[in-house]
Amino acid sequence: MRKEFRILSDHGLQYVPDLRNQPVSERFRGMPVITAGGEPSRIEAAASLCPTGAIDKQTGSLDLGRCMFCNECALNFPEIFRFTNDYRIAASKREDLIVKPGNNGSPGFDGKAVRQEVRRLFKRSLKLRQVSAGGDNSCEMELNAAGNVNFDMGRFGIEFVASPRHADGIVITGPVTENMAEALEITYEATPSPKVIILCGTDAISGGLFADSPAIARDFIEKHHVDLYVPGNPAHPLTFINGLMDMLGI
Amino acid sequence: MNGRRYLEIRNDSTPVDTTGIPVLDYSLFREEVTAMLNRDDCHCLNYFCHPVGAGLRFICCIADDSSGLIRIFSHEKGDDDSALQSLTPSCSAMHIFEREIHERHGVRFEGHPWLKPVRYPSYRADKLSVMNNYPFYTMAGEALHEVGVGPVHAGVIEPGHFRFTCNGEEVLHLEIQLGYQHRGVESLFTETGDGLRRVLLSESIAGDTAVGHGLAHAQLVESLAGFNPPGSLQVERCIALELERIAVHIGDTAALCTDVAYQLGQVACEALRTMVINTTQFWCGNRFGKGLIRPGGSNYPLTEEITVEILRVLEEVERRFGNIVSCIYTLPSVLGRFEETGTLTRQQALAVGAVGMAARTCGIPRDTRATHPFQYYRQTVINPVLQERGDVMSRGMLRAMEVNESVNIIRGLTGEWSKMKKETERPRYELGFRPGSLAVSVVEGWRGEICHVAVTGINGRLVHYRIKDPSLHNWMALALAVRNQEISDFPVCNKSFNLSYCGNDL
Repeated sequence: MRKEFRILSDHGLQYVPDLRNQPVSERFRGMPVITAGGEPSRIEAAASLCPTGAIDKQTGSLDLGRCMFCNECALNFPEIFRFTNDYRIAASKREDLIVKPGNNGSPGFDGKAVRQEVRRLFKRSLKLRQVSAGGDNSCEMELNAAGNVNFDMGRFGIEFVASPRHADGIVITGPVTENMAEALEITYEATPSPKVIILCGTDAISGGLFADSPAIARDFIEKHHVDLYVPGNPAHPLTFINGLMDMLGI
Repeated sequence: MNGRRYLEIRNDSTPVDTTGIPVLDYSLFREEVTAMLNRDDCHCLNYFCHPVGAGLRFICCIADDSSGLIRIFSHEKGDDDSALQSLTPSCSAMHIFEREIHERHGVRFEGHPWLKPVRYPSYRADKLSVMNNYPFYTMAGEALHEVGVGPVHAGVIEPGHFRFTCNGEEVLHLEIQLGYQHRGVESLFTETGDGLRRVLLSESIAGDTAVGHGLAHAQLVESLAGFNPPGSLQVERCIALELERIAVHIGDTAALCTDVAYQLGQVACEALRTMVINTTQFWCGNRFGKGLIRPGGSNYPLTEEITVEILRVLEEVERRFGNIVSCIYTLPSVLGRFEETGTLTRQQALAVGAVGMAARTCGIPRDTRATHPFQYYRQTVINPVLQERGDVMSRGMLRAMEVNESVNIIRGLTGEWSKMKKETERPRYELGFRPGSLAVSVVEGWRGEICHVAVTGINGRLVHYRIKDPSLHNWMALALAVRNQEISDFPVCNKSFNLSYCGNDL
């Protein structure tokens, strides 16, 4: 028994008390800052360097829904692109993921775009069914971590459940493979309404590196309303939980 | 045997000319390969075929653990419907490679027990073969029933379908149907000329092994480009690979505890895993090490500050993990669930061609860091950790022992690094490749042996890229391990192997 007490005393308090302002490593890549008025030839070069076409070659804006967070734009064109470690990058609308030059950090979460019933019904309890559809298991592991002793999203009544019948919505990871498309559809259908759809990770939001692969079938994403976009490669647990808090108005 | 029947290379060395690989008559190929694979110290790294002209060229890479050599055999087949005599009846580990070749190119293998689909790729030969008509093995009997699980599982994990045939609570047979995760990774490697895109793809093959697969790819491109990584870069890569191993092993220990409702073990290990992956994040900005491994150099060269942080965290992790491990593996309620559960025998492991952890828990010393060393492991003494019993307990204990081993390896490596000239430069994505070549790269990821093979055309472009995750072999090991077990023990069996779905499905 003494050994167990020793473990508990070493373990100490693990939970992150303030999920909004938890310090993360300087090198963590979250919200980018893009300098306005960048040299057009340099912007064009950055756009052609970007492996997923996240940078617009005309405007120099950066689409977080396509960004792999590889940091190459910032390393090669530091006078234009810089990643801050601000992990609050989830958005309620797809267009809000596009970061424009001259931005001053995060544009903030657009709470008005959230359907009213979502906050009214799920603010104090949100049960989610996760569906991995070609996810590489890093986003899945981070979603598991969101419920662990450190991030503990259970404090808000948010948790993953085993059955879609018990869920208030689904969280999709991966680019949505053709071989998983039907199972995704069935899982969504099995979830009682009203329900939310959350896309977690760059693969899920835009297809990422796999957007043009013949093995991908994204019809489901295209035909449904998405309530929350959580970018990342993978999405950090803090990004995911902050996105949920913003969506629910916590 | 002589050199004219095959070529010999070492891991992570100069590629061979594709024209220099002897093309054997199939019967001679079969005889040679079978003879070699029937040795305990030899196993197949990869066997695949690709189109040449109107026909197909088959390449078989066999690893000889005693000599550290990789032998490359080849044969060709014309554009006809003739069948080949299967290698599987005399060497069962080849079953998966022949199934893969059959699925992709429609080649028939006579005598193969069952050419079942492997991953339903978009480029499969038979488009009528779809996820919904998988040919399951069935048994009939009044006392028998089937249990189907997945593709969407109870937890937050990747998709796959498990079909159990049970007699009451006892599992008689488990069939694992995969392919849900197929993203077409291999063809994306050859379709792009963008080196950075390929690197990011390699980190996405299996996100829980971003460093392992990233390194296998970087090593392969460097070998094709004739680039020799400086010592400091080699050491950094080995440290990153060991950190990945430590983090996953601790995370898996937490998950094993979860499955037997031992909450103290679960939460203590979860917190320790967080400390390790946050150290990786401190180094490169990503908890999974994405962004860390690059061909030709690194965007995040190791610094004195980072090594100090790594050593500080590992010292604490080692101590605290040691304490919790001594609780976990002495607790009767845990031992009752782990001991003699999900046993894979040594014979079974050899038969399915098990690699990595799954092999080492059955007393088979397959650890490519020791047998086919790469990067700075060539200058490092690696003593593979072994267990003998092949049960869940062994797979848990192996993890605990490997965490300690990896901590010691990192201590040794950082010591070496501090004495070295720091020559790590920026990454090089535009490396030119040696034309008309075949290169092989093997890395011991935390699950086991990762093998990437590339073939370049006469213009130096990548024309074929083949990836093998250790899970390709080891899924069958899991299926055998649960036979005659209670179905309620499936979760601990599954977790103790922790195999990759996307690594298999590609």
